Amino acid sequence: MTIRTLRDHGQHYRPRMACLNKAEALVVEMQDQKNGVKASEQKLNVTTIPHVMSGQDILAWIANHMKVDTQEAQVIGTMLVAYGYIYPLQDHKKLVLKPDGSLYRFQTPYFWPKQKWKPEDTDYAIYLAKRNIRKKGALDVYEQEEYNKLHKWMNHKWDFIVMQAKEQYKAGKERKKADRVVLDCQERAYWIVNRPPPRTHSALDYGIDRLIDPNADEKKTLDYYRRIIIFTQQAIMRSRVKSSVSLGAIVKYVTTFKNHDPFLAPCLPSNPWQTDDDTYWELNMRNVEVPTKMRVERWSFSFFELLSDPRGRADFKVFLKKEFSGENLAFWEAAEEMKWGTAASMSEKAENIFKTFLAPGAPRWINIDGRTMGLTVKGLEHPHRYVLDAAQTHIFMLMKKDTFYRYLKSPVYKDIQKKAISPAPHNFSDAQLEQNAKNRKPGIDPIIIWQQEEEEKAKAAAAAGPIDIKKLMQNKLDRK
Amino acid sequence: MCDQTFLAATFGPCDNCSANRPLMNIYLKNEPINYCSLCVELMACQGLAPGETLASLKTESENLKVKLEEERAKLHDVELHQVAEKVEALGQFVMKTRRTLKGHGNKVLCTDWCRDKRRIVSSSQDGKVIVWDAYTTNKEHAVTMPCTWVMACAYAPSGCAIACGGLDNKCSVYPLSLDKNENLAAKKKSVAMHTNYLSACSFTNSDMQILTSSGDGTCALWDVESGQLLQSFHGHTADVLTLDLGPSETSNIFISGGCDKKANVWDMRSGQNIQSFETHDSDINAVKFYPSGDAFASGSDDATCRLFDLRADREVAIYSKESIIFGASSVDFSLSGRLLFAGYNDYTINVWDVLKGTRVAILFGHENRVSTVRVSPDGTAFCSGSWDNTLRIWA
Repeated sequence: MTIRTLRDHGQHYRPRMACLNKAEALVVEMQDQKNGVKASEQKLNVTTIPHVMSGQDILAWIANHMKVDTQEAQVIGTMLVAYGYIYPLQDHKKLVLKPDGSLYRFQTPYFWPKQKWKPEDTDYAIYLAKRNIRKKGALDVYEQEEYNKLHKWMNHKWDFIVMQAKEQYKAGKERKKADRVVLDCQERAYWIVNRPPPRTHSALDYGIDRLIDPNADEKKTLDYYRRIIIFTQQAIMRSRVKSSVSLGAIVKYVTTFKNHDPFLAPCLPSNPWQTDDDTYWELNMRNVEVPTKMRVERWSFSFFELLSDPRGRADFKVFLKKEFSGENLAFWEAAEEMKWGTAASMSEKAENIFKTFLAPGAPRWINIDGRTMGLTVKGLEHPHRYVLDAAQTHIFMLMKKDTFYRYLKSPVYKDIQKKAISPAPHNFSDAQLEQNAKNRKPGIDPIIIWQQEEEEKAKAAAAAGPIDIKKLMQNKLDRK
Repeated sequence: MCDQTFLAATFGPCDNCSANRPLMNIYLKNEPINYCSLCVELMACQGLAPGETLASLKTESENLKVKLEEERAKLHDVELHQVAEKVEALGQFVMKTRRTLKGHGNKVLCTDWCRDKRRIVSSSQDGKVIVWDAYTTNKEHAVTMPCTWVMACAYAPSGCAIACGGLDNKCSVYPLSLDKNENLAAKKKSVAMHTNYLSACSFTNSDMQILTSSGDGTCALWDVESGQLLQSFHGHTADVLTLDLGPSETSNIFISGGCDKKANVWDMRSGQNIQSFETHDSDINAVKFYPSGDAFASGSDDATCRLFDLRADREVAIYSKESIIFGASSVDFSLSGRLLFAGYNDYTINVWDVLKGTRVAILFGHENRVSTVRVSPDGTAFCSGSWDNTLRIWA
């Protein structure tokens, strides 16, 4: 078993390196004779190395060329070093761009990270063997460990590897000293990037491979084109709106919610993450008695907002009770439960809903138009989770266009608006903030809250069931 | 509402085979018909009709694509930044790391918030899934998955369970318990089964259904209790990396993004692909609905984030800068939709002004790729998970 299949996870195509194109273009520009980074010769140990740059020069160039500040330039520079386009001459194992006089060189394009070419373990083994030949004991501890591992795994190829290493070593000896030193530095930098030392990470680590190679040309068979035709035809016939209309709606949404966005306007009394005081969450709990003014205001934005806030929905139910028109919301809730419920409960739920809301003479009969009623009843012959969709949408639109606006003008809503509280903003001193940080409250486990809500729902369901007249009369008679 | 799917029939007798099945609304010779997915497949795979050749089909498909672009362009009368001119500019932002959650032994791959606004579930490469109370930074539950690379995790709406999956090709649901010593793996339920790695999962509005996307190119909707496949979604030609569910109560759509550079919009009821956007230059790593449900943003390996409007059926904004070279791995909107938080592979998080298209802040702090960015349910903070094994809460 070689290391390669382990890393492959049974998948093949090397992906996710679209950034390399841009990075390469940037590096090419940096190397430009006239406008690139200033480079000069430097003496390192005994040899003179050409085209060496200092960290701060690289940073200045990036900041100037891309019009960014030094912190961002630092990030870009460090990424270039991490990917191996630029390598440090001193402290070669730490792949960061230091904003000082540290020396760096451009890596030769032969060693650039390429989209299609993975550095093989065979090559790494040859490299380590070569270094071993050159000077016994030149390998670091982690390199020695890797060398031993590779020796074990590649035992069958070892003669070939040693032979290659010897060849490369001989070829290297025939070069001029300066060239040899440069090449050694480059090769070493390449392997630091591709086989990172322990407790560092390689920028080339991109996660797992994709399964399907999107660059592979798909077989253009009949059904390939037919599918495109079918899809494009229905896409063309789909109705669209003008950009001005839909973009206007997006802008309107932003403006409506501007004051409710904790990143844009301070939340009252204070953001729990910033001050370590969770009053904000306490005041906005799901079933709090008195909601905050901001919360009540949010209910007026759209019917969807009102329904999705459990406190708002409860208030809406109070209003509906006064109007004796609770069956619409009850039907909508029942349809939601069916849509999102378990598959096993479908037919049972469908039957209950039909009996309670749709059958002629049902105790909570909802008023929908004939066509929708017809569609729904027909669909109920083969109940599936979306059978009530048409009816549910009709009822939702009814409530949204009529009942919702009456609710907003009703005394119930005005009452809750008056009662709603507006907490004063906190003003903690530094000492108080420190105190808060030490006393963060643990909060209630959501499981407990859910259990409580389930109990309340069960109680409400029992209470709201259709009144059995016979039983009621029986009780009255019994008491007499 | 962004779609008229409520008007279309999505279940009933197929016009071709009369079986009662989920229906796709397609057009045959410009007439709308309702076919079940099996009949659509058969129609696609039938042999050449007299007068048809492979070349003629190819030209027909290309003509239709051009026509679609023309239709889209007809209603394009204004750009987003023009409409946003009257909107006031944003001030300076001071966003700091308020909490650092340390405890994972390897790269953090995915996170999700609980609806109680303070708990987070996170999964990592070493197979561990941890539930944190981010406010106190305590670890509440920990699960060890039998596989590595747990790329997907989700918190159930009730707060009583979590779902996760990855290289095991499955999505498993773990019910959480109040007893801290209980071994959660004992009650594990395997729900989804794909033929390749699971890239993303999400509960729908209840604990009973899960939507998953996989490296095998498909998405699927599952019933949690029985493990039954309710609907599958085919249409991507490469790995699907991400999905997001529509927030509106009356729409039944979700979006997915994949390695084929496409962002697709799906009808959950019939499995039909209703819209598709192919303007990215590289893999789409993240898609996220705009809070109103009428638009969505995507982040991609081509170092750009884009905003797509569903009602206008086009891309309306590109968020990119020359100095951003490395791909965006994750995006999320703030509560009002004015801010777009995007995590990048160059270890930074960029905050974009959605309307004006400019970058308002860049956040440093992570020491490796930012793999996931999620805004809390009440918008008070956002959480970023990174390959440096930590999670950070920013506010």
